[in-house]
Amino acid sequence: MIEVHELTKRYGDREAVKGISFSAARGQVLGFLGPNGAGKTTTMRMLTGFLPPSSGTARIAGFDIFTQSHEVRRRIGYLPENPPLYPDMTVRAYLTFVAKLKGVERGRVKSACEAAIERTGLGDVSGRLLAHLSKGYKQRAGLAQALIHEPEVLVLDEPTIGLDPRQIIEIRQLIKGLVSGDRTVILSTHILPEVAQVCDKVVIINSGRIACEDSIENLTRDATLEEVFLRHISADAAAEERAAHALAEAEARV
Amino acid sequence: MRNVLTIAGRELRSIFVSPIAYVVMTGFLLLGGWFFFNLLARFNLLVSMYSSFQGGAEAMQRLNVNEFVLAPLFHNLSVVLVILVPMITMRGFAEEKRAGTYELLLTSPVATWEIVLGKFVGMIAFITVMIGLTSIYGLILWAYGNPEVGIMLSGYAGLLLLAITFVTIGLFASSLTENQIIAAVTGLVMLLLLFVIAWPADSAGKTIGDVLRYVSVTEHFADLVKGVIDSKSLVYFATMIAGWLFLTQRSVESIRWR
Repeated sequence: MIEVHELTKRYGDREAVKGISFSAARGQVLGFLGPNGAGKTTTMRMLTGFLPPSSGTARIAGFDIFTQSHEVRRRIGYLPENPPLYPDMTVRAYLTFVAKLKGVERGRVKSACEAAIERTGLGDVSGRLLAHLSKGYKQRAGLAQALIHEPEVLVLDEPTIGLDPRQIIEIRQLIKGLVSGDRTVILSTHILPEVAQVCDKVVIINSGRIACEDSIENLTRDATLEEVFLRHISADAAAEERAAHALAEAEARV
Repeated sequence: MRNVLTIAGRELRSIFVSPIAYVVMTGFLLLGGWFFFNLLARFNLLVSMYSSFQGGAEAMQRLNVNEFVLAPLFHNLSVVLVILVPMITMRGFAEEKRAGTYELLLTSPVATWEIVLGKFVGMIAFITVMIGLTSIYGLILWAYGNPEVGIMLSGYAGLLLLAITFVTIGLFASSLTENQIIAAVTGLVMLLLLFVIAWPADSAGKTIGDVLRYVSVTEHFADLVKGVIDSKSLVYFATMIAGWLFLTQRSVESIRWR
């Protein structure tokens, strides 16, 4: 469903994302882990078509993110780190606008809005201005926006950041509810319990490189996720990993 | 087209729920009313002066409301638009970038030209309403005097074309930055420059002088206010509007190849 190949993003001289490759199958929930500044947001922005890659490619639902960006954008729901809300609109007016923007058919706009409001528990505040909502409800509105057109792929960038513990649990429950079925989800975070609870597969990224890609069972078989994470984001481990990888590749070639 | 209208509708709505729209509109109408009142008062004074002269009747034939009231009114309003249009357009893209909704727009299945056109349509709808409200001055003249309606309409068309051109330039300025103040100042400076670019035309030699006069918005606007509808002017406005919209589209799109 998602195939990322040697994706690179350079800002001037600085390489934010250095030739990363990973994949996620249909229906899989991929936890995208990494310390702050590792390149998570940049990667997600490339996958959603907001930023172009400097080199490399990715395919989402079989479409190339650069040459078939329009098709990709139709199939993707994206919640950026800051929910993209217009403060001067009510929840319902905002979701109606997004539904039209995402190409929901004219006759189904209203029902799509109601469904999104229902699923994200925004019923009580649907007539209120987005500016007046609490952070938790703003995050819900952001989620509602991302799934209003029933996308095949959902990209969530740190959906629980800055929330209080109760809100974190609520949003996490919500996300769990959304991932049923065929939908593929990429969930970026640096909150490890979140990954353990929600994800099938983990990709750890550190300073622009993939440090680890594996299923959650394999990773947590003989260590906790914390240990795995810390092991992989230390520079030595990354170097070791790369050396081992290069060796394996060389061996494979021979 | 549906996307354009969706974005235009949201834009218009957000202009009308923000206080900026009302401040700008009130300011525009307040100044417009003041200009109109004073021009009309002066016209009345001239009429009463001429009518008290001997042989003033002949001179009075040359007084007409188109030339003495409407033309200067349109010119004054055009200067006010130079200052007020950037206040409307500054939000255009800058605010979206600041609020993060830019990511929503650019990751939605809409083309960049649809985003640009949508914002453009929303803003000119607002400007048209604002200028439309000044038609009360024309109606007053028409009810109590005898203006030439053709020239009056041509003047209004000129004012509207001028405002639409200004909107495209303001939008372009807004697409360059995420800071509304910078967008407003950039837009204002560009508009003022467009206004005065023909100043050295008389001393710059024939060819350059002609070019400068053609580029300057004031010459074409003055023609329309006089009731002269020259295809040269219409081509000028069409080129400006299309050209600045194109540049804005490139500027928005540039995030994809920068």
